[in-house]
Formats: sequence, C-alpha cells, structure tokens
Amino acid sequence: MFSHKIFETNTLALIVGIVVSVAIGGLVEIIPLFTIENTIEKVEGMRPYSPLELAGRGIYVREGCYNCHSQMIRPFRDEVERYGHYSLAAESQYDHPFQWASKRTGPDLARVGGKYSNDWHVKHMINPRNVVSKSIMPTYAHMTRPLAVASTIVGELKTLRMVGVPYTDEQIANAVADLEAQAKGGDAAKAVEARYPKAKIGDFDGKPDEITEMDAMVAYLQMLGTLVDIKSVKPELVNR
Amino acid sequence: MANVEKDLISGQNTTGHEWDGIKELDTPLPKWWVYIFWASILWSIGYFVLYPSIPFLKSYTKGYFNYSSRDELAKDLVVQAQQRGKWLADFQGKDVGEIAKDQGLLRYAMAGGKAAFNENCAPCHGVGGGGSLGFANLTDDEWIWGGKLEDIQQTIAYGIRSGHEKARFAEMTKFGVEGVLKPAEIDQVADYVVGLSSGKGDANAPGAQIFTDNCVACHGEGGVGMRETGAPALNNAIFTQIKGDKTSIALQVSNPQHGVMPAWADRLGAETVKMLAIYVHSLGGGEK
Repeated sequence: MFSHKIFETNTLALIVGIVVSVAIGGLVEIIPLFTIENTIEKVEGMRPYSPLELAGRGIYVREGCYNCHSQMIRPFRDEVERYGHYSLAAESQYDHPFQWASKRTGPDLARVGGKYSNDWHVKHMINPRNVVSKSIMPTYAHMTRPLAVASTIVGELKTLRMVGVPYTDEQIANAVADLEAQAKGGDAAKAVEARYPKAKIGDFDGKPDEITEMDAMVAYLQMLGTLVDIKSVKPELVNR
Repeated sequence: MANVEKDLISGQNTTGHEWDGIKELDTPLPKWWVYIFWASILWSIGYFVLYPSIPFLKSYTKGYFNYSSRDELAKDLVVQAQQRGKWLADFQGKDVGEIAKDQGLLRYAMAGGKAAFNENCAPCHGVGGGGSLGFANLTDDEWIWGGKLEDIQQTIAYGIRSGHEKARFAEMTKFGVEGVLKPAEIDQVADYVVGLSSGKGDANAPGAQIFTDNCVACHGEGGVGMRETGAPALNNAIFTQIKGDKTSIALQVSNPQHGVMPAWADRLGAETVKMLAIYVHSLGGGEK
C-alpha cells in the first residue's frame, strides 16, 4: 500500500508533491476561465481606458478605494434595484488588476458614472461631510494637487498592452496629448472622443489651467459603468 | 512497519518512528470527524450532479438544476414586476397630476419616491431635501426651473445642463471675463443685488441702471427671477450656487459657475421619475 513515509522523510519529495497537488487544483480551476468561450460576454462598447481615466484609476488603487467600495453589482434583486444592471465580466476585462473588491463600507461604484455632477464629486472628495453630513469617508483634499503621472502614462499603456489590453499604436503615441486634452476640454478633446468613445471631457474640477489628480479621478468615476450600453444587451447573451 | 509497539498508558499503537528516543502515538482520528469527512465527500457528489461544476476546456457541466444566478434574477424580476404591476400600470398610463389626485397612488408614490430620493438625490440635495451650497434646497417654495409637478418631473427626467438633449439649459453671460461690464460696474451691480436680496433695493443706486440694462432680460424686472431662462430670483435671500455676499455675487457676475443635475429618466425609468416628482413636490410648498 502507498505510504506517506516517502514524503515525510524526504524534503524534496514533499516539495514536489505539494507543487503537483496545488498545480492540479489551479489548472482545473483557472485554465477553463481562459478557454471557456462565454466567460467574457460579447457586448458592444467596452474599450480600453483613456489615459486620464487610467491615471484616475491609478489614484483609485493608490488610495485604496477598493477597501471600502466594490465595483461589482451582483445579480440579486436588491442590488439591481439600487445600483442598476448587474456587472458583466466584459466590463472589467481591461482592469489589471480588477477592482471588484469584497467589502462595502461605502456604496458600490460599478455604475456611478453620470450619477452625480462633476462639481459634486469634487466637493465630496475634498470633504465628504460637505455634501453628505453623516458620511464616514475620509477626506481626499490632497487630490487637488497637480497630477504627476503624465510622464509615465505612455509606459502604463504599453505595459497594459503587453498583458492584452488592445491599445493601438495611435493611442500610445497620443497618450500624453490625450490626457491633457481630456482634462482641459476644447477642440483637442475631439480626438480623445474619437479614440475613446463616451469619454467624459473636462474641465472637471473648476481649474481649467491645471491638470489635477481630481481631474483624473472624476474622469475615471464618471466613466464607470457607462461604456457598455446595458439597455441594448440582450438577456440571452449574458444569462448563464 | 518496524517497531510498532503498544503504548502501555493509552493503549494505542505507536507509529514505529523514533527520534532521539521519542516515539509517536498513532491515535486514530475521532469517529465524528471521520463521518463528517465522508459525508461531505458524498455531499459534493450530489452537488456535482445538481449544480454547474466540472469545467472542461470550452464549456462546463450545467448540472441537473441548470442553475444560473442570472436566470434566478430574471425570475425574481418577473415576480417583482407582477407584484408591482397593479401600481406600475397606473404610473405608466397616468400623468403626475392624475396620480397625485388618487389617494392610493399618492401613498405609493410618496413611499417609492422617498426611497428613490434617499438613494439617488440625497447625496446632493441632502436627506429631506435641504440642499447645500451648489445644490438647491427643495424644501422651500423657491424654484429656479419651476415648482409645478410637471416642471419637477421634467427637471428630474432630463436634468439641468446634463448633456441630455431635453435637459434644461441656460448659461449666464460672463460679464467680466468677456468684458461686457467693467470691474467698477460689476462692483456697483453686485452692491445693488446685495441690496435687492435683502429687500432694500435702491432704485437710485448706480448699479440699478446696470442691472436694468444687463440683468433684467433674464432675471426679470426687480430681480423676480425667470423660470424659462432658469435665472434665479435675486429679490430674496435664497442663493443656491453661491453665497449671497457681495464678493461672491461679483465673482458670479464676472465668471459665472453653473450647477449640473444629471438626467434620471434612463437610469431610473419613467415610473420612478414620476414618484420622485410627487415626493419632491410635497417637500417644497406644493405649487399648483
């Protein structure tokens, strides 16, 4: 009969044994997610994030927003009543890493885009108590400082392309210009809208001459959940 | 196994291992633990058969129940629609005025409107509709875009400067930035508006003529406000977008800031917008 003695008395055999058994679990659970054909719903409208949105997303991650806010509306009646259509896998396909999160101290943000005005977001971020008197959210007044990532944004787009986000050469070449144009508005922003449909164009924070972290953050939040035209999604396409 | 002995104290066998004179008992696992272990494996077999479980490369087993949380939700929503159907049919068919006259529907609208208000509107307008700087107070009888049921319904459905094609839209001239008024004139007209808002409008003040020439077209004679243009009344102490002091007024004349309200019809649906209109209408004086 098979004996554990070989593992209990031989370190190398124990290590190999552990790797093999963990790998089997991993392969069976993870590989099908990449190969099963309907994991990511084939819906219209999802696009890679614009440079300004991506910068805002970076701040979202940096500040740990995911510790209190989920971006995952689950398919339950109470959740779709409050937040809107449940989140689709397609809607987070360009998130690396995804921001589904697991805890809601604050509300879910998967479809917060367009729910409030830019002005509200800015006031709320500077001090949540300004607009919601009983809020326990910390203040993020430091986001009124200038955005520092403009020099690294090209690298970020390239890195994301390496892991499968379909940024085009044109989008990468224009990343810095697009970031500025989306934050400042005007004619230059037309190109941003062409390259990133449905992008919200600034100025977001009432400071037209300056690109702040707030601009990036609000641009990101106002985009969340708005890219896929959820009303045109057929139930039979996503029901599974 | 070599060297398996019976331990005299516990009566159990040893494993036969020995390290530096220390021997290990081979006590069997507790019976209750072993039973639960096997029971959970049996349970998992049932689960494998009934629910989606075994993944293959291109698909997975759907299970006997063919369970899907999204299908479950779709069924839940059908039940919900049936439960609400009796009411919602009325909300679809009748206009807000008719709904408000029917006591049953009114009660339903107030309850539904309050729930929707607290989730969607309160972040800006405050719980109860008290508003704050930049966000209109809905509890008074002062309305920038109109306080009748239909007016409120229109505002909620399409928003203000929301980008929706039916949104309410107006923007004040940038009197200072565009050089329409000189700084000294802005100072004078701000003085006049401060007087106007505190009920002491001085018709002989230097700002009065500037006001007549530049502001009356939208804000009305004597600053009574004009709902068609979304120009707020200036003849009272209620200010929404700015504070009512002279500096703020002068800044607003020079380079106006405008509030934005999102359009809600697409997000919440026409029935909920009607409920909200009735609820908000009840907060603020109930204008006929």
